[in-house]
Amino acid sequence: MEKLTYRHVAALRAKGTRDQAIVGVVASGNLEVLVERGLPDGECEVEIRTPVEGFGDVWSAVVVDFVGRSSPGGLKLSINDGGARPDMVALRLAQAVRAIEGERS
Amino acid sequence: MSSPSWFEASARQRVKEMLDQDSFVEFIGPEQRETSPHLSLFDLPEQFDDGMIVGRGLLDGKPVFIAAQEGRFMGGAFGEVHGAKLTGLLRAARDVGSIPVVILFDTGGVRLQEANAGELAIAEIMRAVVEARLAGVPVVGLVGGRAGCYGGGGLTAGSCSALAVSEQGRISVSGPEVIETNRGVEEFDSKDRALVWRTMGGKQRYLIGGADVFADDTVASFRDAARYVIEHAAALDLDTLQAEQVRLEQRIERFGACADAIDIWRSMGAADPQSLPGMAFEDFVALADGLKETRHVAR
Repeated sequence: MEKLTYRHVAALRAKGTRDQAIVGVVASGNLEVLVERGLPDGECEVEIRTPVEGFGDVWSAVVVDFVGRSSPGGLKLSINDGGARPDMVALRLAQAVRAIEGERS
Repeated sequence: MSSPSWFEASARQRVKEMLDQDSFVEFIGPEQRETSPHLSLFDLPEQFDDGMIVGRGLLDGKPVFIAAQEGRFMGGAFGEVHGAKLTGLLRAARDVGSIPVVILFDTGGVRLQEANAGELAIAEIMRAVVEARLAGVPVVGLVGGRAGCYGGGGLTAGSCSALAVSEQGRISVSGPEVIETNRGVEEFDSKDRALVWRTMGGKQRYLIGGADVFADDTVASFRDAARYVIEHAAALDLDTLQAEQVRLEQRIERFGACADAIDIWRSMGAADPQSLPGMAFEDFVALADGLKETRHVAR
């Protein structure tokens, strides 16, 4: 099991007032993302636990892309991975931000 | 907007959509990270809620306790934490004494990686179901997920006050592949989907009295079914158990010689038993109501 943690500066604080949200499920090719507030408005952290080792560069690229597209300021995102592909990871990260901002996931 | 498919929905979607809007309050939510202590030993990923969601909410304005298994995480299988959450919910319901419990089953049985802890969890859950029912609390089960309701889940379902099942739902103890592995493909061909469904599927279970209500594969239909089975849940007492014993004796006497579900349906009086598996929801319910005398569920 590989544990990866990425911290980034985020341009904007994530909208809404929810404390937490969860999307996805830990199944083959899927993952769950638990998103919580609690960090300073300009910071964002993504913590990943994955059984598929050796793909840190890909995870890093997906997270950089996510932070650039969304506005996850103040959010901590915790991932339990079931061997998801990068496109699925990007989708779930975007869903997680929408869910905590109050939109339907 | 039409109601979403129960089969396709996640456990969280089922809970959220079947309860009154915004009424669900989760106990030991994913943010508490109460995960399995066993899976990491096998280098397997955990899920923050261990595949079991428990909490309380309102169903038509009335309070209920609710538990839901996520069938896509490890086949909805029971592990130590997964089971303990359900046991705790049932014990709370027993102590409160007035709030019914709705269990959304979606499980292949005990999680093999935590076999002993999982088996113990099943024993604790069944005891907790019985204790809650003896305290006068209805404990009802809903079955319509992709994992079905097998192993310890099937045993627990059998301990419930009442069950609702959809066509997609399957209820049994040994699953198709377990039977084939142990008894041979001549006994049961697990790859024969039609055989699996007509033996363990929702239609057959409903017709022979293994479930009290037949639901359509929508969250709205399961919501209606849950309300109905809560209201019509049998008390757990000597009369109920004796009536159930009589019902089962009559059933084995009547259908014990049948080699296949088709034979059972024919001897029940279905004019064209081969057509039952393909029948749409409304047509099947109408036909089943006509054969109703065979279906007294006592529990």
